[in-house]
Amino acid sequence: MKHIKTVTKGSFNRVASTMGCGECQTSCQSACKTSCTVGNQACENK
Amino acid sequence: MIHKFKQGGLHVVLDISSGAVHIIDEMVYDILDYYPDVNIDQVVEKLKNKYTEEDLREACDDIDSLINEKLLFSPDNYENNVQFKNRKPVVKSMCLHVAHDCNLRCGYCFASQGDYQGSRSLMSAETGKKSLLYLAKNSGNRRNLEVDFFGGEPLMNFDVVKEIAEYGKSIEKLYNKNFRYTITTNGMLLDDDIIDYLNENMDNVVMSLDGRKTVNDKMRPIVGGGSSYDVIVPKFKKLVDKRGDKDYFIRGTFTKLNLDFAKDVKHFADLGFKSTSMEPVVSEPGLPYTIEESDLETIYAQYDELAEEMLSRHGTDEDFGFFHYNVDLEQGPCIIKRLTGCGAGSEYIAVTPEGDIYPCHQFVGNDEKKMGSILDESWDSEMSLVFKNAHIFNKPKCRDCWAKYYCSGGCHANAYNFNGDINIPYEIGCDLEKKRLETSIYMQAKIMLMEE
Repeated sequence: MKHIKTVTKGSFNRVASTMGCGECQTSCQSACKTSCTVGNQACENK
Repeated sequence: MIHKFKQGGLHVVLDISSGAVHIIDEMVYDILDYYPDVNIDQVVEKLKNKYTEEDLREACDDIDSLINEKLLFSPDNYENNVQFKNRKPVVKSMCLHVAHDCNLRCGYCFASQGDYQGSRSLMSAETGKKSLLYLAKNSGNRRNLEVDFFGGEPLMNFDVVKEIAEYGKSIEKLYNKNFRYTITTNGMLLDDDIIDYLNENMDNVVMSLDGRKTVNDKMRPIVGGGSSYDVIVPKFKKLVDKRGDKDYFIRGTFTKLNLDFAKDVKHFADLGFKSTSMEPVVSEPGLPYTIEESDLETIYAQYDELAEEMLSRHGTDEDFGFFHYNVDLEQGPCIIKRLTGCGAGSEYIAVTPEGDIYPCHQFVGNDEKKMGSILDESWDSEMSLVFKNAHIFNKPKCRDCWAKYYCSGGCHANAYNFNGDINIPYEIGCDLEKKRLETSIYMQAKIMLMEE
């Protein structure tokens, strides 16, 4: 495509049927403790 | 649903429901103001003074290709997903307040300088062990259990930390669990033996430092006054030098008094710390250090400055990471996690030295939010249900927000403290979160182009 470059196709659809295993870390446990970014947690099944 | 933005000379579009990210040219950026709500002929009519018809039609074809591949305007069916609707959360992580006491007197401390509005107290080993046993017994099929040794300052009760941590390891096999330990410390009591113990036994160490010496010492004085920076920085360096590849964060708080916090994060990097975090202070309105809406533009510029600094160091020995920019676009957390958020009060709890259970560390000391006790295993399932249901589809502001699958509804405690309702997010927190997400996505796009 001339006008668009895809950086990532995303991951949400890959696990949409099962919704995932739920093993991922609780976001507040890692570093923030005062705000919430879930999107930066790692997948345990990676 | 899509979100598009410009940063650093790039035009970027995010497809909300798939997580796809694309770099687009200015023409596509303009077309997406209209298309696909209107047809191609109407797009041509609207933009013919800026672009040729041929180019516009070609760009619309590109957009159509992405739509067909479900990488743009992809459908969003998560709300009605059966697994989501029928989910039964179990407690899988715990913030263990091993010490409601502290040897610093930080000006902004949400824990009232360590005592959480109560008397200064230390957790007993017995209460700590009961807490881990409770976690092991109530975590269903979840194998990985997280425990954060927190305070106050947990090293003020270090022998008990060790006893609890060793107990957890001793019951792992029996319950088929894997305890992962984090400790959050101000570093004052670190010595060689403690450093070695933490490096061996803690999966993650979070070290509190606000940045430059003047900035740190203004808000983080020692009890009775004096510089904490001079005491802790050499200790943190030693810990990190000996830590190998294991996780750690050097973590600061910025306030209205140091809105130039990008310099403090750079200071972390210049000290040799590769894994950094810097959080906006959350405090009552009207205090001299409280962040206000009028500070947002200054803060946004700082996030930009930090991003450009990181990009300039990318691929060199001087590079470093920043917690909020670590968004994994290829495979982050599972979708159910993105819908439900931090899990406070349902998957995540805080336990006080007395064994009282709260939805998270930020609610500790608020009697209305006490939800049970480890000692008698009481549990307010009604309150837990309220927290379980505080997901993005029950938060009107989140439903239509482009950032909902990354932020996942924000911090319940912030929402409660500012708006009296865990379902009404803290507005300034939302604004900052969206800025950090855009910047993180922009950086990944930029890095892809740099590496091409």
